[in-house]
Amino acid sequence: MLLRSGTAFGGLLLGGCDRLSRSPTFEGILASADSLTYRVQRLLVGNALAREFTPAELSPVFRSNGTDDPDTDEYNALRENGFVDWRLMIGGLVARPLALSLAQLRALPQRTQITRHDCVEGWSAIGKWSGVPLGTVLDLAQPSPAARFIVLYCADELEEGDGGYYESIDLIDAYHPQTLLAYALNDKPLAVGNGAPLRLRVERQLGYKHAKYLMRVEAVADLKVIGRGKGGYWEDRGYAWYAGI
Amino acid sequence: MIPGTMAATAIKRHTLPTRLLHWVNALCVFLVLMSGLNIFNADPRLYWGQFGAITDKALLTIGSPGIPGWATLPTWRDLATARHWHFFLAWVLIFSSALYLLISLFGGHVRRDLLPARSEIAPSHIAHDLWNHLRLRFPTGEAARRYNVLQKLSYLGVIFLLAPLILATGLTMSPGFDAACPWLLTLFGGRQSARTLHFGAAMLVALFIVVHLTMVVLAGPLNEIRSMITGRYVLPAAKSE
Repeated sequence: MLLRSGTAFGGLLLGGCDRLSRSPTFEGILASADSLTYRVQRLLVGNALAREFTPAELSPVFRSNGTDDPDTDEYNALRENGFVDWRLMIGGLVARPLALSLAQLRALPQRTQITRHDCVEGWSAIGKWSGVPLGTVLDLAQPSPAARFIVLYCADELEEGDGGYYESIDLIDAYHPQTLLAYALNDKPLAVGNGAPLRLRVERQLGYKHAKYLMRVEAVADLKVIGRGKGGYWEDRGYAWYAGI
Repeated sequence: MIPGTMAATAIKRHTLPTRLLHWVNALCVFLVLMSGLNIFNADPRLYWGQFGAITDKALLTIGSPGIPGWATLPTWRDLATARHWHFFLAWVLIFSSALYLLISLFGGHVRRDLLPARSEIAPSHIAHDLWNHLRLRFPTGEAARRYNVLQKLSYLGVIFLLAPLILATGLTMSPGFDAACPWLLTLFGGRQSARTLHFGAAMLVALFIVVHLTMVVLAGPLNEIRSMITGRYVLPAAKSE
């Protein structure tokens, strides 16, 4: 009798939780914990650096995840030419919109760091990244005081016809010294599987924030008008915007 | 009344904060375990060290289809929703556990009811209690007024060892928190070691729940459950030999 009522209670609980999981209002209540996490972490973490590792600690293989080849006509044309015609467009709420080639980015002061990449799924890989700090590029473009977020637009579509991949970060992460526009992984130019020619490194957040195949960087005041309004491809599909946890 | 028998003695067993927080925690722990299993299914492998991915050697791999849906929250594969549940409940548990600790440490619950007396932790005493439990002979009468030493040690273990370990290893998995407390990575030997320890400690909590519920059923479920709801507990009478 007891076992049966226990099972019945369990079934009721599970069914109830499943129903709650499907309710947008309840999802909103659960997601309110995200903003608490964001605020507490910003307070506790401040501008602290992510741990950097030694070359001996590198993962033997740095796996590719998500899109491993954008395979669009536009991207294929750029790739065939060794990305010499590729330009990173920097615009939005900035005083000086820019179009930077890979050579111009490489000519800027570079930073190299060995850091851990954490996927939301649970795995981690350690890689050596070289690139130009995003803050350096933003200083050239001079965002206006109205800018609150940096949005990164990518060349890939994870699902065809579902809108391109994009991501966004706040200005604290955008100007963090380890936040890079990275063009090299483990001393080699970024492979297509890892986001050639340029990807974001935002070391204190999970992998889906590290947008690959960068095409455009925009300073904006509001994320609601972009995509489905949640600040990123996976965010629009239910994942948290702040992925420091 | 039959001559020679005594009326059952009813005592007040648990204080209101203990009872209230027991049920808040019971619900949250169930759900946080189940949402954790859903998260685990996103990469059902455990590694050791600073890194670990499908291209690396795993300590443990749970083959497809992973943990069955009836044990996960939600019952279908949904990493985003499971993470929302998990972190929301983690916050609730942080607040409810802090409240419990505050009340229990300063209110005397830990000292009075949970800390075993010196005589109780003598190996012979523990062995004796263990033997009685294995024969399903539980304390009766006056001896049932207080937790026995096996109860005390398992409650203390969950509260002061497993819960802090789960919290600390959980925080070590956060790339943001790692930047603030890199010593956590040193302490646990890396994010992937912390993930494995987090899973292991959670499984020990699940084991505790199984044993705990079994003991409730064996010790008299109505009396036990009532004592955790209203506080009224009837001391089990000694069985006549």
